[in-house]
Order: sequence, then C-alpha cells, then structure tokens
Amino acid sequence: MEPQSFVEIKEEWDIVGARQMGRNIAKEAGFGTVDQARIATAISELARNIYLYAGSGTISYEILEKMGRKGLIITATDSGPGIPDLSLVMEDGYTTSGGLGAGLPGVKRLSDEFDLRSEEGKGTTVQCIKWVR
Amino acid sequence: MDGKLKEIVLENSDVIVQKWLEEINSDKEKSNIKSIPDELFETTNREFVNVIFRSIKNNMEPASVENFAEKVINLGWPLSYITDGLQVFRRVMVNYIVNQPAEQRDIADFTEVMKSVDDWLDPIIRQLVDEYTGSWEQTVSMQKVALQELSAPIIPLVDNITAMPLVGTIDTERAKLIMENLLDGVINHNSQVVLIDITGVPIVDTMVAHHIIKAAEAVRLVGATCILVGIRPEIAQTIVNLGIDLSKFPTQSTMEKGFRRALELTDRKIVEFDRKDENVENLIHSIKGE
Repeated sequence: MEPQSFVEIKEEWDIVGARQMGRNIAKEAGFGTVDQARIATAISELARNIYLYAGSGTISYEILEKMGRKGLIITATDSGPGIPDLSLVMEDGYTTSGGLGAGLPGVKRLSDEFDLRSEEGKGTTVQCIKWVR
Repeated sequence: MDGKLKEIVLENSDVIVQKWLEEINSDKEKSNIKSIPDELFETTNREFVNVIFRSIKNNMEPASVENFAEKVINLGWPLSYITDGLQVFRRVMVNYIVNQPAEQRDIADFTEVMKSVDDWLDPIIRQLVDEYTGSWEQTVSMQKVALQELSAPIIPLVDNITAMPLVGTIDTERAKLIMENLLDGVINHNSQVVLIDITGVPIVDTMVAHHIIKAAEAVRLVGATCILVGIRPEIAQTIVNLGIDLSKFPTQSTMEKGFRRALELTDRKIVEFDRKDENVENLIHSIKGE
C-alpha cells in the first residue's frame, strides 16, 4: 500500500490543486485518458461540494490493490453541516445552491463504487473507488 | 551550564519580556508596520514572546511556532517583524544574563552565553523563515497559474461570427468574466453566431457546464446563437456520465466544424477556389455567395 496523500480544500483554487493531484496519481496508477478525466471530474465535484457547503475539508487519495486489481480510492471528508436527506441529494437536478444538481449523482455514475455518509451537524464523507481497467 | 542559564532566563522571564516589549514598541515607529493598530500589535507581541519562551523551555516546540507564523502571515506582516523581534530578544536576553552577578550566572566566558542563546533562538528563526518563504512560494505559483488562465478573449472571425477560445480552468471569477466579455463581444461585433471553444479547458464539471449553459442562454437572449466547439471525446463522456443536458444549443467536436455550422446559420458557405477553372463568370458568382 502506498502512503496516503491528501489535499486540503480551503479556497476555490484548492479545487484545481486537488484534481491536478488526483489526475497525476491516476496517470501514474495506469488509468486511461477517459478515466483520468472521469476521476478529475469526480474530484472536482467533491472538492467543490466541500468548498461550497462545508467551507473546508480534505480530499485524500489511496491506491488500492486487491485480488490482482488496482484501484484508486478518493475520499472527501469535511466537518460541515452534513446532509439532512441523503436520498434527496442523490436525485438528479436537486440543488440548494442554484447549480445543475448533477454533482453527487454524477460522481456516483463516474465512479465504480460509491459511498456517502453524513451526519447532520457533524460532517460528510464521500468515498468513491475507480478500478483500473 | 546551559541548564543553569536557562533557569536564570526562565525565572526572570517577566523582566526580559518587559524589556523586550519596550524595545519592540520603540522600534515600531521605525519599521514599515507602524500602521498596525496598537492593540493588535500588543497582543501579537505577547504571543510572540510566549512562543519564544515556550520553545526555550521545551527545547523547541514546532507546533506553536508554526501556529504563530501562520497567524503573522495571515495578518500580512513583513518577515522583518519576526527577524527584528528575535534579534531584539537576543540582545535583551544576552544583556540580562551578562549583567547578572558573576557567581550567579556561573559562566566565565561571554561566547558561551552567546552560544547558548543562539542554540535556543536559531531553530525558531529557521522555522519562522521557512514558514514564510513557503507561503510566498505558494502564492507565487498560484498567481502564475491564475495569470495563465485569466483571459477570455473574444475574436471576430468574419462578419457576424465571433469566437471565444477558453484555455485553462474556469472558476467563479472567470466565469463572470466570460459571460461579460461574451455579451459585450456579441453586441460590439454585431454577432449572430458565437463559437465557444473549450478545447483548452481541462475539466468540464457541473459548475463549468452550468456557467456555459448560462452564458449560452444569455447570448440567446441578446439574439445570437452559441455553438460549443472543441468537445474532446473524454469530455463528452464525462458530460454524459454527469448527466448534463447540453441539448439546448448546438455543439461540435472541432472549431472547423463549428465554423462551417456558423456559416450555414448565417446563410453562407465555404467555396473551394478551383485554379483550373477558367470560367470567370462562375468564379464571380461563387464569390457573390460569400
């Protein structure tokens, strides 16, 4: 297991930093261009959610090797206000910030495995895994 | 030896702090931080001196030094505040030790005093300076990136057709600029069709897409049409994955195709110029259509 790396999200420019780091890690791990773009887009969405709704948080990356497969785990953690209704945010078109409302459901479709945990008042953790094909 | 000195310093920290504060305050007028409100200056000085003493007492305390550095950096104070402060502190402390009765300080050699004091203060200086330069480097590299990605130029191609090539990351600030330039350009150049080229945009996420959709909608409101060009295959796939609906305006893979489409929309077309064609009448006719 490679050492885990992470990027702190505090301002809008950190989103760029986070996804560039993610793209580099994905490139090194052997992902193709399309998957690199998917990973970078997913990170962009997650980092933006942190920036917009929680103010600050972290995006961490971990290379996973399981049963001969290689994957990248991306975890977005914040200690923001949390999400009151998890099924609602996974609906396409639901937004509280006037955006497109495609963020979280989009990230789910961009990744192979997706896990969303949130506790109101405590924070939110989103974890997604992408496998190298 | 070192321990004995440390004892003296720690026991008499109040006196040293007092002297240091006096000197620092009188120095304030000379330095370029005199616009800082006195109250803030006072509290920061107290914190500074506390950090120094804590470091001396515990043989270096990187966490508290880091916190303090971060605070001063955030306040935007110059590095000289820190280096001067430590310099004054060094002077005050050495003075104090040297002025102690000889039997108490138990040290014959002045250089030994200096050495001990250096050993206490140097690591603090080093860490503070490192923190400072680290933050500068970060700022510089961020600004470099920001500069490269800042512009959103509008380019008139032919009558009624303009293009806006976008290169780099689109953030909220830049999205506003794009919208403004786009609308200004449409009005100023009297455009019927605007080509937005996103070949150079590394990632199209929901926010970028949202801004493009809004810009296209605004362009439609002023009576022009937006064509989104330069959609790379991987971007097309991520847009589909995200479930973004871009069906409201025409999109094309390359600028060339977009341009042909724009000509069609303005009732024109590209006519190949055939050199072998001697028929001048034909030629003139085709130019007329242009």
